[in-house]
Amino acid sequence: MAETNFDLIVVGGGPGGYVAAIRAAQLKMKVALVEANHLGGICLNWGCIPTKALLRSSEIYHNMQHAKNYGLTAEGVGFDLDAIVKRSRKISKQLNGGVGHLLKKNKVTVFDGFGKLAGKGKLHVEKDGKGIADLTAKHIVLATGARARVLPGMEPDGKLIWYYKDALVPDRVPERLLVIGSGAIGIEFASFFHTMGSKTTVVEMVDRIVPAEDAEISDFLQKSLTKDGMEILTSAGVKALKKGKDTVTATLEIGGKTEDREFDRVIVAAGIVGNVENMGLEGTKVKVEGTHIVTNAWLETGEPGVYAIGDVAGAPWLAHKASHEGVLCVEKIAGTKGLHAINNDRIPGCTYCRPQIASVGLTEAQAKDRGLKVKVGRFPFQGNGKAIALGEPEGLIKVLFDDKTGELLGAHMIGAEVTELIQGYGIAMELETTEAELMHTVFAHPTLSEMMHESVLDAFGRAVHF
Amino acid sequence: MPIEILMPALSPTMTEGNLATWNVAEGDTVGAGDVICEIETDKATMEVEAVDEGTIGKIVVAGGTEAVAVNAVIALLLEEGEDASALDGFTPSAGGDATAAAPVVEDTPAAAAVVDAVPTLVNGMIADAPVKPANRVFASPLAKRIAADKGLDLSAIAGSGPHGRVVKRDVENAQPGAKPAVAAAAVAAPAPAITVDDPVFANMPEFEAVPNSTMRKIIAKRLTESARDIPHFNLTVDVEIDNLLEMRKQLNAQENADYKISVNDFVIKAVALALTRVPECNVAYTDDAILQFKKVDMAIAVAIDGGLITPIVKDAASKGLATLSNEVKELAGRARDGKLMPEEFQGGTFTISNLGMFGVKGFNSIINPPQGGILSVGAGEQRPVVKNGELTIATVMTLTLAVDHRCIDGATGAAFIKELKSVIENPIALML
Repeated sequence: MAETNFDLIVVGGGPGGYVAAIRAAQLKMKVALVEANHLGGICLNWGCIPTKALLRSSEIYHNMQHAKNYGLTAEGVGFDLDAIVKRSRKISKQLNGGVGHLLKKNKVTVFDGFGKLAGKGKLHVEKDGKGIADLTAKHIVLATGARARVLPGMEPDGKLIWYYKDALVPDRVPERLLVIGSGAIGIEFASFFHTMGSKTTVVEMVDRIVPAEDAEISDFLQKSLTKDGMEILTSAGVKALKKGKDTVTATLEIGGKTEDREFDRVIVAAGIVGNVENMGLEGTKVKVEGTHIVTNAWLETGEPGVYAIGDVAGAPWLAHKASHEGVLCVEKIAGTKGLHAINNDRIPGCTYCRPQIASVGLTEAQAKDRGLKVKVGRFPFQGNGKAIALGEPEGLIKVLFDDKTGELLGAHMIGAEVTELIQGYGIAMELETTEAELMHTVFAHPTLSEMMHESVLDAFGRAVHF
Repeated sequence: MPIEILMPALSPTMTEGNLATWNVAEGDTVGAGDVICEIETDKATMEVEAVDEGTIGKIVVAGGTEAVAVNAVIALLLEEGEDASALDGFTPSAGGDATAAAPVVEDTPAAAAVVDAVPTLVNGMIADAPVKPANRVFASPLAKRIAADKGLDLSAIAGSGPHGRVVKRDVENAQPGAKPAVAAAAVAAPAPAITVDDPVFANMPEFEAVPNSTMRKIIAKRLTESARDIPHFNLTVDVEIDNLLEMRKQLNAQENADYKISVNDFVIKAVALALTRVPECNVAYTDDAILQFKKVDMAIAVAIDGGLITPIVKDAASKGLATLSNEVKELAGRARDGKLMPEEFQGGTFTISNLGMFGVKGFNSIINPPQGGILSVGAGEQRPVVKNGELTIATVMTLTLAVDHRCIDGATGAAFIKELKSVIENPIALML
């Protein structure tokens, strides 16, 4: 009979849960992981990774269309959507198998089922409505993640109204596409389909797109996308969707006026909600606020022995935040010395639209809200040799320093490959460098990263190449 | 991979210590909690317990070695199943000159080895307290800049970052002047050094050079700073102790007395009471403020082999004579054995030094910084005194108060010494 008594059980096998399970196993705990759908969670199966696969296809497609700019000829450039989607699914499957292998290697027992708290230190696992195991452990980590927020009257139908899962396996590139919501998910899909040829309209409720980013970055992106032919409607809403045979009529509200517009497909990306239902939280001291579980800095819930990490424990909804919380939570349980709570001001975020966005730390507005006096540095891609050589002269790197202490408060980037650059500033922040060390650092030439240096120099009036 | 046993930091200010003796030899099996060696710190000898179990594979720093840097590898412990061959080619990863990264055992994922190395380095020995680096102060650039802005001495701040690195949160929480003594010492010019090679000794008789112990160095450093930097002045008073002696006789004659109160115990209690009544003398000077303490933590100078130490009776004013007497005896006993914990001899608010037992009539002491005062107690002896115009005999003791003029002025010191005289001569007050 399978073992049912563990030191620690993780409920949910996403980037929070499986990393927590592996770390716990490294710390010599006997670990079980309960996953209802796919190892790797949304991130790996229906989120971060498959979207990156699609966006890579659209990026190459875009470059092929612009081959002439590089002195190349590419004739009859086209695409096979089915093959693009297949590639994306294959990559997810490969990584999903990889997670399974890592768990096995670390001797984590995986239960394929839906975990539900069943009293102190107990977890009931169901599969297709039938109980398959009753597990016990002193510590239970809830890592059940989140899902798309479904807007009333705009429920997914698998045909005309798409949510992220539908949009990841599209049967067509819609001629006219409406994207509701301009957060990271909405803007990435808008970017993909627009590049593939959809006439795309993005509707955003607030006054700018990618509202979590620095306002200057939002502004830069909006100009860039608009120039590229995308329609961006800010301070706008969708009052209603009326489904036709193969089209949808959307009632848009822009600047107080309503307007009916016809689209072929609609993608809804209006935020996410935590998966807190049917988990047996009733009767426990676990507190749910809105749709997320409330924890302290050590990821402990109100119920002793029950922890929550990742999306289900609240914003920011990022895979790497979930993984980091998983490690911290487990190390705290193991009594590891010298731990520190996660500093949300040092969690980077990346969005893979074209141009890409990456940021870490405070936006200029947030810094000012905290009463900090800031020094701002900016450097445009136009001033960087490598960017010009790449044919990517569009972009900006902006940095914020505390005027008094020289602390790097935030970095905001837009442009080619910036998602691979942001870690440089992330490390600088974690090591608590000031502008002086960043100025002293020798950046290799010719690289895009030189702009990171120049941006720092600019904050102190010393930029060389612009 | 052998476990590294590191030189522990036994107090926040410790940067190095002497490895006095090893209680185990290579090849001995040790369990968690076994005493493996004794380390001579600033002012005490402390036992170091093993945290992990295993076999002592190699003693890296021999017993009797002086000035071993905190965090230097002092021994290697073999885990169960490892034999001495595990030591071959093993390079200690911390302390000393060794800078090589921790070796990675085959079949262990490199990433995991690196991650796990962090707690091992810190936790090889008693390391709950933040670890202080040996010489160089490890601090983030941001922490350095904030410290400079706030006028903080980084070496006085315990780092909570990786490997004891001082980071932003540490300096943000630190208060300027929280460690005034250390800050003052850092800026003061060093006393002119004199070494054994100095030509002045050439024309002097032959001598034996007894190396300075850690304690001797600390005494030299702190008292030089005190005598040089603190404007001392003294107030002397004679007190009659016949009433006190009579009361002592009665108390010690009680049936079933589980105490034996000494004259010094009375003096401690009387000083604590007088300081409570004149709190302006229970103070420490800092550049920002005079800190007036809300309790009297009385440091008692105790002569020990090779120097002296000041065990502390916490909140002495609130303790009864019997409790206080027993506590002083117990502390002094452990002080002489070198078994005091750092918190038992660091942090008093006022000091008493008594040389009466040597027949000394009166003397002046040097203030124990950052305290504001110290009382020197002479011998109680019969002396002729004049009372109401007539010559008579009384038992008299000379008390000399030394105070820091930066925080205690003449009249304030006099008010305290007057109160003290009154309490000692009317000891019934001590019963309250």
